[in-house]
Amino acid sequence: MSTMRRDSAAQPATYVFTGLIAVLFLLPLVWTLLSSVSPNPGTAQTEGFGFGNYVTLFEYGAGLPQYLRNTLILSVVATAVALVVCASGGYAFARFRFVGRNALFGIVLSVMMVPYAALLIPLLVWMKQIGLQDSLVGVAFVLTLFQVPFGIFMMRNAFSAIPRELEEAALIDGCGSFGAFWRVLLPAVRPSLVTVGLFTYLAAWNDFMVALYLLSMDNAPLPLALVNMRQQTMGVIDYGATTAGVVVLTIPALVLFLALQKYYVRGFMSGAVKG
Amino acid sequence: MADATTTQRVVLGRGGAPRRSGRFARRENRLGWLYAAPTTTLLAVLFIAPIVVVVAMSASRWTLLGGAQGGNFPENFTKVFADPMLGDAIGFTLLYTVITTAILMPLAFFLALLVQESRRWNSFLRTAILLPSALGIASASLLFYALYSPQIGPINGILDWIGSFDAGASILGTPGGALWGTVVLVVWRFAGYYMLLMMVGLQAIPGDVYEAARIDGAGRWKTLTTITLPLLRPTLAMTMIMSVTGSLLAFDQFYILTKGGPNNSTMTIVQLVYRYAFETKKDLGMAAALSVLILVALVVVNAFQLKALRIGADDE
Repeated sequence: MSTMRRDSAAQPATYVFTGLIAVLFLLPLVWTLLSSVSPNPGTAQTEGFGFGNYVTLFEYGAGLPQYLRNTLILSVVATAVALVVCASGGYAFARFRFVGRNALFGIVLSVMMVPYAALLIPLLVWMKQIGLQDSLVGVAFVLTLFQVPFGIFMMRNAFSAIPRELEEAALIDGCGSFGAFWRVLLPAVRPSLVTVGLFTYLAAWNDFMVALYLLSMDNAPLPLALVNMRQQTMGVIDYGATTAGVVVLTIPALVLFLALQKYYVRGFMSGAVKG
Repeated sequence: MADATTTQRVVLGRGGAPRRSGRFARRENRLGWLYAAPTTTLLAVLFIAPIVVVVAMSASRWTLLGGAQGGNFPENFTKVFADPMLGDAIGFTLLYTVITTAILMPLAFFLALLVQESRRWNSFLRTAILLPSALGIASASLLFYALYSPQIGPINGILDWIGSFDAGASILGTPGGALWGTVVLVVWRFAGYYMLLMMVGLQAIPGDVYEAARIDGAGRWKTLTTITLPLLRPTLAMTMIMSVTGSLLAFDQFYILTKGGPNNSTMTIVQLVYRYAFETKKDLGMAAALSVLILVALVVVNAFQLKALRIGADDE
C-alpha cells in the first residue's frame, strides 16, 4: 500500500530525520511550559524556578477562575447545543422525507460557504435585538452554528448506516418514535456523537474572534482575557503571565485531544471536516 | 402503532415514485419537521437573520455609538472602495494566502507520505505533528508572540548567533519579519491538520494499484507522479480550498501578533472590518458593507473551487 514500505523501515537516518521533525513540532509547546516557570526579567518570576507567573495570572482582572468559568460555560453549552441540533437534525435528514428537506439541507451546507467573519458585524446588532447582548449562552449558540454543517453531515451518515430493523424492533416493542430515537438510535451512534462533541468543545474552548466581537471583559473567556492582559500595560508586556496563560489554556485542550484522538481522526474520515 | 419508517418501507415497496399523500406521509412529514426543528430554528435565528441584517446595515448610515440613522445606499460601499487601505489589505491578504498555501500543501503531503505506514514510531510522529492542532489559533499566536519576544524568547538569541540580526531588535518589527513570523506560526499550527486530511486521501487509494505499478517496474518517483498524485486529486483540491479560504479570512494571528503592523503592512481584509467598526471609523455601516463584499467574494471563490473539486472527482 505504501510507496515507501521496503526501504524506510528501521534505518537510523530515518529515525534521526523524523525525530527531528517531531522535535520541531513539540519544541514550542515544551518551551512555553518551561518558560512559564523559569526566571525571566520583567516577569513575576525573576529568580529561580517557581509559579510567580501563575500567581500574576490568577490575580489579573476579574481573576483567572472567572475567565476559566466563562470559557467552560461557552464550551459546555456549545457542545450540548451542538449535540442536540446535530443528532436531531442528522436523524431527520437520514430517515424522514419531509417537505423542504433538500432545501433545508442546502442551507445547512451553505453555512460552510459563508465566512463567519462576515456575520459578526450584524450579530453585534442582532444579538441585542433578541436579548442576547453580551451573553455567554448567546455566543455558545453562535459557535454551535459553525459546527452545524460538519456535525449534521456526520450524524446523518451515522444514522443512515444503522439498519432500519433496529428502529422497527424498538417500535414494535412499544417505543414511540422519540423513545426509539433516545433509547435505541442514539446509543448506536455514540462514536459519532463523541466526534461532534469533541470538535465543538475544542472550537468553543479556543474561540477568540466571536468573543472579541460579542462579549465584554466581564464575560470574557480566557483567550480574550489573555490577549487583553497583554495589551493592558502599554510598553511593559508581561510575557511571563502570557506564557502561563497559554499553558493553562492549552493543557485541558491537549489532554482532551490526546484522550479522544481516535474520535478526532474519525471526524476526518467522514469527509465532512471543514476548518 | 404506525410509524414513519415502516410507512416509508411500505410506500417505497410499491415501487415507482413514493406516494406523497395520505395519513402515513403526513405523519412522516410532521415527524421529520419535528426532528429538524432545532436545526431550522438555529439556522433561521443565527444564520438567515444576520445575513438579512448585514445587507440592511450595509445600505444604511449606521455608526457604532449612534445606531441606525436611515438608508444611504450606496454610500458605505463607495466609502469602502475609496479607502486607500483596502487595496493594500487585499494585496497583503492574497500574498499571505499564496505563501501559506504554497508551503502548507507540499509540506502536509510530504508529512503524510512519511508517517502514513502504520508503525509504532509513526503513530508517535503523527501525534507529535498533530498536537498543535489542539491549540486555538489565538493561543498558538500568544505562544509565538512570547517566543518571538526579545525579552524572554529564544529566537532572537539564535538569530543573533547566526548573525545578521541584532538580539535587541523585534522580529515582528519589520514588515518581512511580521509576515514570515506569522507564516511560521500558521504552518506549525496547521501542518498536522492538513497532513491528516492527506493521509485519509492516501488511504483511500487501493493497494493493488501500487502493486500493479510495482510489477510494471515503476520507480518511486514514477509511482508518485503517475499514480499517487492523480488519484489524490479530490483530496488535494479539498485541502487547497480549506487552506485558501482559511487564509483569506485570517484574523486572530494578525490581530494578536502584529495588530496589522508595522505601518499597516500586515493588514488583512477581515482585520479591516474590525478596524472600521471599532477603531478608525467606528462606522458599522462601512464594516457591514465590507462584510457583504467578503461574503460575496467567498461564496464566489468557494463555488468556483467546489466546481473544480467536482470535476476532479468525476475524473476518477
